[in-house]
Amino acid sequence: MAEASTKGKRVALFATCLVDLMRPNVGFAAARLIEDAGYQLEVPEGQTCCGQPAYNGGDRAAAVAAALYTIDVLSGFDYVVLPSGSCAAMISRHYPTLFEKGSANHDRAVALAARTFELTVFLADIAKTELSSSSTIGAITYHDSCSGLRELGIHDQPRKLLSAMEGVTISEMKNPDTCCGFGGTFCIKYPEISSRLAERKASDIVQTGASTLVAGDVGCMLNIEGKLHRQGSDIKVRHVAEILADMVDD
Amino acid sequence: MEVTSNQFKQEASKALRNPVLQKALGHIEEGFVEARNQAARRLPEFEQMRDRARDIKAHAIDNLGFYLSQFEDQVIAQGGQVHWAADAQEAREIVAAICLDQGARNIAKSKSMVTEEIELGPYLEAKGLASVETDLGEYIIQLRDEKPSHIIAPIIHLSKEQVSDTFYEHHQKHGYFDKLTERSALVKQARSVLRKSFMNADVGITGANFLVAETGSVVLVTNEGNGDLVTTIPDTHIVVTGIEKVVPTMDDCHTLLRVLVRSATGQDTTSYVSFFTGAKRPGDAAGPSNFHVVLVDNGRSDMVGGVNHDMLRCIRCGACLNHCPVYANIGGHAYGSVYPGPMGAVLTPQLAGVEQAIDLPNASTFCGKCEEVCPVRIPLPSLMRHWREEEFARHLTPKPMRFGLGMWSWLGRQPALYRVVLSMVQRVLGLFAKRGWVKHLPMGTSWTLYRDMKAPKGGSFQQQWRRR
Ligand code: SF4
Repeated sequence: MAEASTKGKRVALFATCLVDLMRPNVGFAAARLIEDAGYQLEVPEGQTCCGQPAYNGGDRAAAVAAALYTIDVLSGFDYVVLPSGSCAAMISRHYPTLFEKGSANHDRAVALAARTFELTVFLADIAKTELSSSSTIGAITYHDSCSGLRELGIHDQPRKLLSAMEGVTISEMKNPDTCCGFGGTFCIKYPEISSRLAERKASDIVQTGASTLVAGDVGCMLNIEGKLHRQGSDIKVRHVAEILADMVDD
Repeated sequence: MEVTSNQFKQEASKALRNPVLQKALGHIEEGFVEARNQAARRLPEFEQMRDRARDIKAHAIDNLGFYLSQFEDQVIAQGGQVHWAADAQEAREIVAAICLDQGARNIAKSKSMVTEEIELGPYLEAKGLASVETDLGEYIIQLRDEKPSHIIAPIIHLSKEQVSDTFYEHHQKHGYFDKLTERSALVKQARSVLRKSFMNADVGITGANFLVAETGSVVLVTNEGNGDLVTTIPDTHIVVTGIEKVVPTMDDCHTLLRVLVRSATGQDTTSYVSFFTGAKRPGDAAGPSNFHVVLVDNGRSDMVGGVNHDMLRCIRCGACLNHCPVYANIGGHAYGSVYPGPMGAVLTPQLAGVEQAIDLPNASTFCGKCEEVCPVRIPLPSLMRHWREEEFARHLTPKPMRFGLGMWSWLGRQPALYRVVLSMVQRVLGLFAKRGWVKHLPMGTSWTLYRDMKAPKGGSFQQQWRRR
């Protein structure tokens, strides 16, 4: 049976607060990828933060408030796509746990969860995009962000999309799935431990000889990039969307 | 349970700067992580077996009272005795009373985390009942007057040279005056010193990995065989263990043994798996005449039905420690508890009080690796999150963090103001940037002491998007 095409449907891009603040270019790259895949893209007004810091910081009431707010902002779309595994997991895995089963809010959270996807999952598994783009980036190495990998099972999708591009070769690092030490507020609460984890990650990256580190979460990127730069490395750190859209901003 | 977990930050910082410790911790990856992963790959049905293991433990915990009383009946039927200890103090008293009753002079112990939890050793010593640890690692810890830093590899934090120094210092009284450098020579020397403790012991104390309800058997895994020696020579065997160790049947026990050992050391099975069922019967060639099982509650029954219910499934394999990036970099002592790492971050607040261990549930990146490898699929990050919620509710969360989280959450619901604040933050970062990079941020030194930050430019994504 042929699957009905999802093309032409309305997709909301939830940029995430870190993209909004630290890496606007990732938002533009994600938007282009979704549009090029044949969807009607919108960036819903009023979007802010998914509430993950409060949720993981133990402030459940604030997490519930953030979830309710975000559920409103993202209502009425066929799909919600995020260029972040951890924020996508917050919405699709954790929002439903914030409300009592059977309540109207629980139903709404479950409905939103069902149509929310991380960007590479959306492109590879829903849109089934065949990228024909190319890049001059050369050898890259890919870091698996923890939430994306373990909560959403994102592993093959970015690799499949990236390796389909002309001019991109993936050189895997030792332990691509080991945490970089970002961990949201962890990097502020336990900076020394976080830094050690980042050092280990940086050394695994350097050993691949790749000139670019690619990841799917801006949090990990900031941490790894900050450590590499402090060490004097000129390895570039890019979001997977920036490579896929061939939109690198410097 | 006495803990020093509230010194976590300072201790972790020291650990990160301790080159000997760092080198020792380097062995975890090859010795445990790789070994476990290979063992899992060798067994195609490993994942299904983990599901079985989870279900067996969940069922046993849901019917704890039933299986414990079945176990008790079986132990009694096999000529043994069962003692119920509500807390650590009761457990210590029960053990001491049995030892005194037997007129014990030499007590030999095999490794048991529950005896560490209830601090049995120091208590017995204060009563004039000195015990000798016979597990090599625990023995070394005992000589050094330290605590174990790992639940299955107590001396993972030590180097061979440190062990050599310790033996040199303590074994002269046994007639050994050479400083040894070879691992095998150290083991040999320990073996001959410990041999005396085995031969002279009148009471043997062990823990248990599983208690089998249908047979009344106590099951113990070791790689050194000391568990067997400790229990065959002395006339009295005391098992000290937690009430959550009971499983319904021998079949269940076998499933659990298969996942336990693979998850712990990556072996298919340990060198020794011992089954102790009751006291010596007429005609038995060896075995203790007195067989006691002390079932320790110490906060466990409080966990039944509560937020940490799932933690009662824990089979103490240590996989979550080995695979934890935080544990792997700071080792176990920084946690200030006999239960370190992710499992300790859940158990320590439960057993000692969360106010005694505020950092532990927070000192995790929530990377989820622990849950990924836990043989009984305990959702460790979710349980740690419960503790964070408890801390928040009880105002134990550090004030600046609480304030920051509160502000950010509030801001998240004021979209217009949120946009203004974002562009302000961008502008501030721009002011501190040199050639596009922030290297020092007075209000963000937690970041900039260790890393740089590329300054964002051009306004927030949403601003730029609307301007397009
Ligand atoms: S929590 Fe799971 S992985 Fe950790 S020690 Fe217990 S059983 Fe093993």
